[in-house]
Amino acid sequence: MALQDVCKWQSHFQGPSPHLPQAGCWAVPRGCDPQSFLRIYGPRLAHGTTTLAFRFRHGVIAAADTRSSCGSYVACPTSLKVIPVHQHLLGTTSGTSADCAMWYRVLQRELRLRALREGQLPSVASAAKLLSAMMSRYRGLDLCVATALCGWDRSGPALFYVYSDGTRLQGDIFSVGSGSPYAYGVLDRGYHYDMTIQEAYTLARCAVAHATHRDAYSGGSVDLFHVRESGWEYVSCSDVCVLYRELQMFTEAELEGEAHQTQPEPVILRGAEEGGEFPVGPREMAPGDSRIPAETETL
Amino acid sequence: MSARNSGKQFEVAIRGTNIVVLGVEKKSVAKLQDERTVRKICALDDHVCMAFAGLTADARVIINRAQVACQSHKLTVEDSVTVEYITRFIATLKQKYTQSNGRRPFGISALIVGFDDDGIPRLYQTDPSGTYHAWKANAIGRSAKTVREFLEKNYTEHAISDDNEAIKLAIRALLEAVQSGVKNIELAIIRRNQPLKMFSAKEIELQVIEIEKEKEEAEKKKSKKTV
Repeated sequence: MALQDVCKWQSHFQGPSPHLPQAGCWAVPRGCDPQSFLRIYGPRLAHGTTTLAFRFRHGVIAAADTRSSCGSYVACPTSLKVIPVHQHLLGTTSGTSADCAMWYRVLQRELRLRALREGQLPSVASAAKLLSAMMSRYRGLDLCVATALCGWDRSGPALFYVYSDGTRLQGDIFSVGSGSPYAYGVLDRGYHYDMTIQEAYTLARCAVAHATHRDAYSGGSVDLFHVRESGWEYVSCSDVCVLYRELQMFTEAELEGEAHQTQPEPVILRGAEEGGEFPVGPREMAPGDSRIPAETETL
Repeated sequence: MSARNSGKQFEVAIRGTNIVVLGVEKKSVAKLQDERTVRKICALDDHVCMAFAGLTADARVIINRAQVACQSHKLTVEDSVTVEYITRFIATLKQKYTQSNGRRPFGISALIVGFDDDGIPRLYQTDPSGTYHAWKANAIGRSAKTVREFLEKNYTEHAISDDNEAIKLAIRALLEAVQSGVKNIELAIIRRNQPLKMFSAKEIELQVIEIEKEKEEAEKKKSKKTV
């Protein structure tokens, strides 16, 4: 308004906007730079988790463990790390649980407002862009949100990775958290775009189970979600110890079964480097095999 | 409201099945004036364009703001604007100026055409009060009423199903009320997934020749019937 500009009058009523008021303000002692203050004295925040998401022909799978750790203390063994945003969008969360929960509520509000204004929900790409833009304003203030947005929009299944420094990546497979290296190993091994839904479920459960087996900060159970064209659905919740034992039993049964058959092609791995040959358990990957056999190494 | 009707030009827009057509009557330029700087059809983005009737300077302000809004939308949300979104933006801007002190309303009416991501063509008209409506075909400016009546009579499913027919309909509507003939017509089209295309004078002439032919044939048929 022209007169208000001249008189420099501020209206107290703030209309809806995607920015929280007074972005960048953190209460620190006078004269201190917020970033260095937080680095030295700030709260030690928890980051341990294993979450993963991958997209394939029949939608997007999101899976996560349920252990919330605070240092070496398990704060909650049954936390929910996959947050629904709306009917066709889920987010896996990793980093600071409080930050994730809050920013997801802000994203929900933003998407809902836009849906009301435009008459249709924004695409997953838009949601990811909005989230990363909102969070990048707080860069340098120890915000830690590493999330994978999984959804189905007009362009089909979509998957985006968003980090709180503003990173926004599109991809087919993402795993986030302290257990992600272990999960990536299993995922990269078994992923292909055209797999069946059951294969996808098995792959996701297997990846999280293996990650929880080795990572101290991941554990509890595996929450499995599937985003289809009709919306997201909560597939299953399986305890990781039980799951891991079952996977081991499958591979043992497979090995026993194979020991009685003639091997067409025994596969030998990593022979040259260590100056010897390690006899490795034979692996069969028949097409349509829904079990991923773990390899057994004997030294 | 009278500002936009007291000008000497008018605009016509038609929404076809696969094409949107914008036609304007150009002001005749003085001898020493460079014709290219007089533009009434402006692209707001690759898939949306706008024609206006009224005060050119006001239109310039609105067009600048709308062009920025299109790019801001792409930056925040990664998708191009829908025609309805940018129309709502322009209409909201106009309405703000009717309700603040120290400012006067924008003296223009705009016709905004384009294709959305889903491939559906759209045509919207805004007026200085800030309202907007969707239209199948419309005219604004001088003699808008006459032209609109012509369009109401001649806008048929057949007329708009073919791209060429839609273009001819727009030119015929313009010829209804244009004062100084073919030379003062400016035409632009947007086809699905293609950017704005301005017609050259030659192309417009070709279309007009076809229209004249069709008229003659129609008259011959009529005279045959009466005889």
